[in-house]
This record gives sequence, C-alpha cells and structure tokens, in this order.
Amino acid sequence: MVDITTELSGIKLSNPVIPASGTFGFGKEYKDLYDLNILGSISFKGTTVEERYGNELPRIAECYQGMINSVGLQNPGMEAVIREEIPELAKHYHKPLIANISGFSVPEYVKLAEAMSEVPEVGILEVNVSCPNVHGGGMAFGTSALNVAEVTREVKKVAKKPVYIKLSPNVTDIVSIAKAAEAAGADGLALINTLLGMRIDIRRRQPVIANKMGGFSGPAIFPVAVRMVYQVSKAVNIPVIGMGGVSSARDVVEMMMAGASAVEVGAANLVDPFACKKIIEDLPELLKELKIEKISDIIGCVE
Amino acid sequence: MKDVEFKILTNEPLTGDIFKMTLDGDTSDIKRPGQFVEISIPGRYLRRPISVCDWSDNKLTLIYKVVGEGTEDLSYMEPGEYISALTGLGNGYDLKRIPKNPVIAGGGVGVPPMYALAKELKKMGITPYVALGFNTKDDVFYEAEFKALGVPVNVATVDGSYGAKGFVTDIIGDHDYALCCGPEPMLKAVYNVVKDGQFSFEARMGCGFGACMGCSKKTKTGFKRVCKDGPIFMMEEIAW
Repeated sequence: MVDITTELSGIKLSNPVIPASGTFGFGKEYKDLYDLNILGSISFKGTTVEERYGNELPRIAECYQGMINSVGLQNPGMEAVIREEIPELAKHYHKPLIANISGFSVPEYVKLAEAMSEVPEVGILEVNVSCPNVHGGGMAFGTSALNVAEVTREVKKVAKKPVYIKLSPNVTDIVSIAKAAEAAGADGLALINTLLGMRIDIRRRQPVIANKMGGFSGPAIFPVAVRMVYQVSKAVNIPVIGMGGVSSARDVVEMMMAGASAVEVGAANLVDPFACKKIIEDLPELLKELKIEKISDIIGCVE
Repeated sequence: MKDVEFKILTNEPLTGDIFKMTLDGDTSDIKRPGQFVEISIPGRYLRRPISVCDWSDNKLTLIYKVVGEGTEDLSYMEPGEYISALTGLGNGYDLKRIPKNPVIAGGGVGVPPMYALAKELKKMGITPYVALGFNTKDDVFYEAEFKALGVPVNVATVDGSYGAKGFVTDIIGDHDYALCCGPEPMLKAVYNVVKDGQFSFEARMGCGFGACMGCSKKTKTGFKRVCKDGPIFMMEEIAW
C-alpha cells in the first residue's frame, strides 16, 4: 500500500492533486462527473472584492500543446463567493479549500484576506499576485519583489490562515521574488501562474484574443514550471505548490521531485474534465512501479 | 455530460468546405436539439465544439465546416478511426416554449442543428416553416433532407444563384416566432423582424462545459456562459 498523502502548512492532504484556480470554477461543473472528495484540495476561481465580467471575447486561443486564456478574473465578487459559492461547494466537498484571491491594490488584498480568513471551509489563502489578464493589478504586483513583499506583509497581518503567494513566471528572476515573499512572512508559495503569450490570426492580421495577450498554459509550459519550482524550492524553506502544464501522474511525480509539496492541475481539466480523477487513480500504480512507498519522500529529491 | 469514444462511420464533403460525419457510440446524454459535442482531434490541444445535426441510439450525425487546422485534420479522418467527444453539452432549444407556427431560420453552418430541431418538432405535431440561407448555390446543403421530413423549405442565397436572392430575413414571411442559428449578423437581423424566439450563439470556447469562463456573454439577465447557459438564448434575455 503506497502512501500518497502530503501536507501543506500543517494541513494534511489525502493526495497532492489540486485543481488549479480558474479551471474548476467552484466545482459545480465537475461535481456530477466524480466525487470531488477524492481531490487533495480545490483552489477555487480567483476572487476579487467586486464582481467582474472580465475581458471582451474572444478570450481563448489554442497553441501547440496548450492554450492562451484572457478571461480577466470573471467572478461574482467576494461577498457572493462567500455567501453563495463556497456554501454550495461545501455541500459536495468536505475538505479545506484553497481561496485564490486577487486585488487591485494592497488594501484590496487585505480586505480579501480578512474576509476569507473568516470562512471555515477555507484552509489556505492563495494570494494571486500574478494574473496576466488584468491591468493595474495582479501581475503588476507580482513582477516587483518590493510589491510582493508589501502585499505579503500586509496580508499576513490580518490573515488567520496560511498565506501562499502565487508567483508569476513573467519575471527576470523568480527566485528573488520568492525570497522576498518568504522574508515578508509567506507561509508558502504557489507557482507558476501562466506565461504571458500571444497568437495572431494571419488572415485577419489581428491578435486572436480581444485583449491581444493572455496567459499561456498547458503541457507546453511544463518544463518551464518544473525548472522554476526546482529553483525556487531550493532557495526557500517554505512549501511550494507546483503547477504549470501538469497533465498526468508522471507529471505530478516530476513536479514533486522538483520540490513541490502539492501539485495543481489547470488546463488539463478543460480538455479532459476527468483529468484530476485519472491522475489520482494512476498515482499509486506509478509509485509502485517507481518503488516509492511514500510520495512525500520524493519532495525535492532531485539535487 | 459524458466522455464517449465514437467510431467514425462516414466522413464526406457536402460542399467545398462543409463535411458530414456519422459516428457510432453512446448518444444517451444528448437530450435536446441545439446541443453540441466537443470533439478531441488528435494532436490538437483544445476540443472543437460542433453542433449535433441528428442523433439516435448509438448514432450521431455532425456537420462541420473546415475553418482552420483542427477542422481540416478532422476532414481527413477515415471511417473506422475513433475520436473522443464530450456529449450532451449546452442547453438546447426549449421545446415547451415553441408555439404552433414557428419559423426555423438557419444560416450556413448554422443549418445542421436545425435538422434535429425540425425532426423533433414534427414528432410533437408542429410543422415548422424552414428558411435556409447560404452565400451561393455551391454552398447549399441539406435542403432535400429537410424536405424529406415533410416540412416546407425555402432557400435564399446572397448572390441569388439559387432560390430567392437575399438573406434569410427575406424569406421568413410574417412568422412571429423564430428558432435561429447562424452567424451573429443573421441572428440580429432575424431578432429585429420577429416578435419572439430562441437564438443559438457561437463562441470561441475553452472547455465547452462551463468551467473556464472563456465564452461569457452579457445578457439582460446577467453574465451567461455560451457553452453552458446557452448556446440557445431566449429573445427576452439577449443584449446585443
């Protein structure tokens, strides 16, 4: 019997597989497909203080082994999420949730952290300082070590749950930003968010998506994600949630060997709604084959 | 929603860029005309949403247009090959709301889902009047198939090379209630000349089942997902 449990800041997960924010909504579209309780946790749709429609359409472009999205944080806003979405999700999912929050100013991040800290179903705050699809927020914070440190410090002052900072890969040196977050008190890190990308319709001579650029995700970015998780986890002493193109049990193992304590699965859910279920089912067999008795033993095992 | 492995039975062109594919597999999750499936094309990352033209026990008919590399790949697939599709997606037409004398208005690649709709209405004892619009004579398809259902059919082409010259709106007569699928300018034109109806919208989708918010649309009743809350929208909720 292999042990696939893992841990994030004292929270025990039955397995390391977590659907990534923005690819799983609030679980509604998946709850009839399989029992959500098989998931290690769920990082729900990025929540902002106010309701947001997001960006104009088209918001989606295809790439080789990936996609670009420019949704722009469409969500019903913090109050509706707490009042309606989380209680609804809690009917079908009974483990601690990861609350993905996104602000447009430091006070907004603080407000979100305060509110989500009061929600009993929330186990971890995943502070998104890296959304590439909104102007004046998200990635604007995540690309500066000073800003990341400030958001982290202010959020930590009010947060009653572990604070994980979700980092952008669209930076010259992700390690220095990760270290800034750690020094400012972050309990953990989540990486990588999407890579800023663009496609052009060569017949129309126009960008494919309305907002011109968007977040590139999917298997194509997996090697970049593994590299960054490896570099960051070697440089910090706080847990890392690894993500970016993870699509199989093999990818989960690779990401954990790179240094991730848990792994989020994003775009894969959109092309195969059963992706997380299949990955979780495949894990024990793969671990047996690799002669791994306890999945947590492989975290960061690659020197 | 089900993830179904279908065996391709036929895959033949109907016109220069419109193909008809028949498939063998589990269709039990397809409930209403106007729904769509999301096909996984080998080597392409995202699935392709394609409307259901017709279905019966274990048989699915899709008609698709080659618009890019993915659908081009699809057009080269051979009978006997297998493809995966998520079935039973979208809301489909609300059959209970359809009155006695509706007009079915289909334009171009918006025509296929109207076939299953016309067939279903006939079963319910409603004979729809069918108005089909195409650009030119060579683009016309499925006129005979609609006629074989025993419904009146009229065709318009933009250049007048076949049927009436003009748009679908030129041949829908004085019908009050429209069931419509086609390019957005056509939907809007029909919307402007009828009193009520149901309109099927297209969108570039990510997942096709409501998770990614890639195809959100502003309506009079809030933000809706074309893939999950649509693709059919009632006249009263549409905001242009």
